[in-house]
Amino acid sequence: MKLVIGIVRPEKANDVLEALYRAEVRGLSMTRVQGHGGELDRVETYRGTTVKVELAEKVRFEIAVSDSFVQPTIDALCDGARTGEVGDGKIFVVPLERAVRIRTGETDVGAVTPVGE
Amino acid sequence: MTGLPLQLAAAKVDTGDTAWMLAATALVLLMTPALGLFYAGLVRSKNTLNTFMMCVGAIAIAAVTWALVGYSLAFDGDGSLIGGLHHVALHDVGFEPREGTTIPHLVFMAFQATFCIITVALVSGAVVERMRFGAFLVFAALWSILVYAVLAHWAFGGGWLIANGTLDFAGGVPVEMGSGFSALAAALVVGARKDYGRQALLPHNAVFVLLGAGLLWFGWFGFNGGSGFSTGNNSVLAFTNTLLTPACSLLAWFFLDLVRGRRVTAIGAATAIIVGCVLITPAGGFISPGWAMLLGVVGALPCYAVIVLRPRTRVDETLDVLAAHGIAGFFGILFIGFFAQLAWNGVSDGLAYGNAAQLWDQAKAALVAPAYAFGATYLLLRVIGLVMPLRATERQEALGMDVVQHGEEAYATGEGAILVTPESGVEAEVAVEPI
Repeated sequence: MKLVIGIVRPEKANDVLEALYRAEVRGLSMTRVQGHGGELDRVETYRGTTVKVELAEKVRFEIAVSDSFVQPTIDALCDGARTGEVGDGKIFVVPLERAVRIRTGETDVGAVTPVGE
Repeated sequence: MTGLPLQLAAAKVDTGDTAWMLAATALVLLMTPALGLFYAGLVRSKNTLNTFMMCVGAIAIAAVTWALVGYSLAFDGDGSLIGGLHHVALHDVGFEPREGTTIPHLVFMAFQATFCIITVALVSGAVVERMRFGAFLVFAALWSILVYAVLAHWAFGGGWLIANGTLDFAGGVPVEMGSGFSALAAALVVGARKDYGRQALLPHNAVFVLLGAGLLWFGWFGFNGGSGFSTGNNSVLAFTNTLLTPACSLLAWFFLDLVRGRRVTAIGAATAIIVGCVLITPAGGFISPGWAMLLGVVGALPCYAVIVLRPRTRVDETLDVLAAHGIAGFFGILFIGFFAQLAWNGVSDGLAYGNAAQLWDQAKAALVAPAYAFGATYLLLRVIGLVMPLRATERQEALGMDVVQHGEEAYATGEGAILVTPESGVEAEVAVEPI
């Protein structure tokens, strides 16, 4: 069981969702985050005020999967999110100690497997 | 329209008429920022400013081109296809009353300028979220002269339509059909947004849309009510019809929404206000209030149909300028041919009152104006496209036009923003995507 965290461009979030759907990865959450990963800063000017915006809008996917789904999930995130330019994002895979489905009390692999499979 | 017989006799400036026309001109100018608000609400948040700026840009460009050449081409002389060059750079446009009116020539020119401005801004609705700002400004300058001024001459300035008896009170030909069918051509040349038909592209602020529609309606009282260039009967009739027709369109739209989706929608209501105002634009001073109310109901149907069906095609005419302006303008122009009433307008009867010839005069405008607007815009954009790229790259489109084209965000939070000052030693580097 792993937790796959993917941080991607907001404009690619829909492509990622599509790729995940095709890889049959169904359970996920996403949040809007701001971050900096080495891409160039953006310069904005409002009247006399010029600012350098260091934090870029990103979308963070969190996907808990059983071991056999780790690679397909990573592949889907890469396929959906890649543009080839600096700023495409990162994927982190971390071990998952426990998982519980609140409704049924199922734990671990049962809890991260979508209903009906 | 040109003046009534009564006004022709009076070659003096009338203070009441002039006072109203000064106010009406300001009302019409307000419509362009209102349209900016309306359009900005309909796009995604990352394109808010760019969409609004196209309307602001239209004011800058069209006011200048109008004063330099557009006004002369539209309103100098009665050449059948195009006006003369006597009024270039406002030569001989002064305090004397404009021929056929009781208002100073300068006020007449300014009033007509605001029409040119809003029409240029309307066309931008077809190409938002992907057209480069610079390319749009170039297009706006040429379009205001080559398309708007020509159509305005035909319908208002002594050209072949008005000379042959076509009735167009406030701009069904140049403003509404002119913008609507040009928008279709622009959408075809510039091409669809990259996400069109693949993702849900939703309006980001429905309140902007409603507020913009409300302000447009407010401004439209100057647009229609001022198009008699006086406080005379036709102006009063048009003013009142501008209240009645959109209200009826709203009711019709509520009903259609209920039938189709079992709910009355807010964005639908905003659209209905625009459609109603457009429907009454050509007909305002020519039909009775009763017929104006019917026009609001019946005219809403074809517009609603086009708005429902257009997104199922591959034509990304993004903000439905064709449906709301082209189709509604077309319908309004034809409606005059049926229900114009001499007893109300003092000019002509329509088919329903025994004058079938009027319908033919209206049909000519309804056939030729869309063809000219579409063809000329298509060619113009093709030519501009040879000289400069019309649209942003896919990458820029994904990032959003606000940041890419203007270096600003509509909803900047300031989080992660570092102040660039000479003292701080932070140097402003070039933006990620130099334009």
